[in-house]
Amino acid sequence: MSASTVTEVEGFSPAAFDRLIESRNEPAWLQELRQSAFDTFQSMSLPSRKEEEWMRTDIRMFHLDKFAVPEQVKPEVELPLGVLRQGVDVGGSIVSYNGHTVESNLSEELRQQGVIFGSIAEVLEQRPELLEKYLLTKAVDPHFDKFSSLHAAFFTGGQVLYVPKNTVVKQPLHALSVLGPGGVDLGHTLVIVEEGAEVTMLNETASLDNKAPGMHCGAIELIQHPNSHLRYINLQNWGQGVWHFAHQKAIVERDSTLYWTIGALGSRLSKVNQHVALVGEGAYCEVNGVMFTEGKQHLSYHTLQHHEAPSCRSNFLYKTALQDHSRTVWRGMIKVDNAAQKTDGYQRNDNLILTEHARADSIPGLEIEADDVRCTHGATTGKIDEEQIFYAQTRGFTRKEAMRAIVIGFFQQVFDRIPLESVRDALGNAIASRVREYE
Amino acid sequence: MTDVLKIENLHVAVEGKPILKGVNLTIKRGEIHALMGPNGSGKSTLGFAIMGHPNYEITAGSIHLNDQDVLEMAVDERARAGLFLALQRPVSIPGVRLADFLRHATTNVRNPDRKEGEELIPMREFRKEIKDKMNHLSMDMEFARRYVNDGFSGGEMKRAEILQLAMLQPKFAILDETDSGLDADAVRLASQSIADIGGENMGLLIITHHDKLLEHNPPQFAHVMLGGKIVETGTVKLAQELHTDGYDRIRKAYPEAAAAELEMNEEEVSPAV
Ligand SMILES: Nc1ncnc2c1ncn2[C@@H]1O[C@H](COP(=O)(O)OP(=O)(O)OP(=O)(O)O)[C@@H](O)[C@H]1O
Ligand SMILES: [Mg+2]
Repeated sequence: MSASTVTEVEGFSPAAFDRLIESRNEPAWLQELRQSAFDTFQSMSLPSRKEEEWMRTDIRMFHLDKFAVPEQVKPEVELPLGVLRQGVDVGGSIVSYNGHTVESNLSEELRQQGVIFGSIAEVLEQRPELLEKYLLTKAVDPHFDKFSSLHAAFFTGGQVLYVPKNTVVKQPLHALSVLGPGGVDLGHTLVIVEEGAEVTMLNETASLDNKAPGMHCGAIELIQHPNSHLRYINLQNWGQGVWHFAHQKAIVERDSTLYWTIGALGSRLSKVNQHVALVGEGAYCEVNGVMFTEGKQHLSYHTLQHHEAPSCRSNFLYKTALQDHSRTVWRGMIKVDNAAQKTDGYQRNDNLILTEHARADSIPGLEIEADDVRCTHGATTGKIDEEQIFYAQTRGFTRKEAMRAIVIGFFQQVFDRIPLESVRDALGNAIASRVREYE
Repeated sequence: MTDVLKIENLHVAVEGKPILKGVNLTIKRGEIHALMGPNGSGKSTLGFAIMGHPNYEITAGSIHLNDQDVLEMAVDERARAGLFLALQRPVSIPGVRLADFLRHATTNVRNPDRKEGEELIPMREFRKEIKDKMNHLSMDMEFARRYVNDGFSGGEMKRAEILQLAMLQPKFAILDETDSGLDADAVRLASQSIADIGGENMGLLIITHHDKLLEHNPPQFAHVMLGGKIVETGTVKLAQELHTDGYDRIRKAYPEAAAAELEMNEEEVSPAV
């Protein structure tokens, strides 16, 4: 396979930016949004380990100038189908390759109901006002850091899901983003669920070549209006040569529920900020994180559960297993505003270290300004127990089968909270196939 | 030809410390052997050594299953060859349902040549079988949905071990205090079940400090271990004697082994220099 995307060496220069603007016939508000993000991008340098956020995440080997704005190219090979939709009757699907949409469809029935599911470009044609209102304005801040501004200035592909008021969408919608060797994906996901509506979205990523370099600098925005219900499943399965930077934020209004599952298996290095803002009374958010790392992977997840309104509940559970020399950082924060009385916040991170040289850092945190709250957090890190392996072996399991069973068992608590069987299976199989045998 | 498990001159050390000092024991399939002996004499060590626990180093001697050299086999190969150890302290595996665990175990043991990833025995067939077995052991099906030994009471763990014995149908089983932790009714039920499961088809090595299990499973041979050696072998009468009278006579009759026992215990309490 040839490197098919990087045709110009100008990277993310002013010339590259101008060319992007020229090549896309976008409305003025979007051009302005891009321009102001680009100004921020240019004024900032890449973060260094001196900054608290990046203390444990070393990106000195990351060279932004090796990458460039992705061109629209036809994939040379058939793209994978994705693992989340196996056995699932989906109501629509979008596939993108190197940050450009190559396939997009939505069932007629859902279209009739007023559901919108399409690429950013498509929705920009059909419903520009929707994007003007929500895109990078309510949730993710384009000026947060070098990566959010890079994303906002240069994003090409991405998908938008909009569910109108009181509409219950039964069939999940599926989006898959694929990177080719050397590819760049600046995809954006925007989900808007109107009042009383209900929907499930499956979002996953993959690389054609597990070793090839690549970059993803993306954003996810989930906007929930009152009394809406969203199940959002996000599987990060980039190849192990991919640099992955992402800002993800949900805004959850009154009496809404958000079930957010995150599977993080891929990438060379990840730095993800996941932020849930509970902004209306009685909102609930449950986050299920499943991470498995190997080789020299480094995954850094910074989660923030921000209670801005009273009587909201949040429940974050992240489980991680690590093998080889891989490393994870989980930094969780529960923030409770003065107004957010009767908050019930929970966060937990459990790590299972499979090999001597793997390392997991857990840094839970609380920042509480209200007085009538209940917040609990916990973190554990342990090794796989040789006695468990022996026990399973006395019952005929090979050492490798025993390790697999124990690792999958470690994740079972979080799998039990994942509502979709296809997702549980996909994660379970992916992890089981990665677990190797150790002495 | 009857299957034979033959242990000769077995020496075992843990962390460099000798525990077993020349054990000889031959069990034919269909026989019941009782293994008795005071705490710390090395009974569990023998069980671990037979199954191949990595912390138990074989420093001399041999174990054969017919003409197969057991010491050359990995732990799971031993299980697939027909050896089973019910642990004195079963290990919990959180998140792994007993039913799933047993389905995998049963598949491997029944198809010793199965490669990783090959089909498991069909769910239907397995469910029917485990249901029957659990009924027989007066166990609720709900139990199989729990995680392996996770939060089990002492008695529940032992019953789960018996269920596994029933499913795996080994040629030889070592039951290490499978009767301890059970209430009186449960001991009776367990003893009866083991008799039903074992019978002619199994060679049993029963390690016990009680007599109920042996009442239902009368041993042809009773062995006494002291200081890492089997010092005396007798009939069921010997087992009864030890239950009523304890080990004083044995210690007197075998002063060398008694001295070894003292030494083993002393080393344990003496502080590291
Ligand atoms: N894994 C181990 N690590 C350290 N010492 C051990 C280990 N296993 C056995 N030993 C020691 O070996 C000796 C024999 O122990 P073993 O468990 O075999 O005795 P036992 O006859 O089964 O006793 P009990 O009747 O109390 O179960 C004891 O001194 C014990 O402390
Ligand atoms: Mg013992």
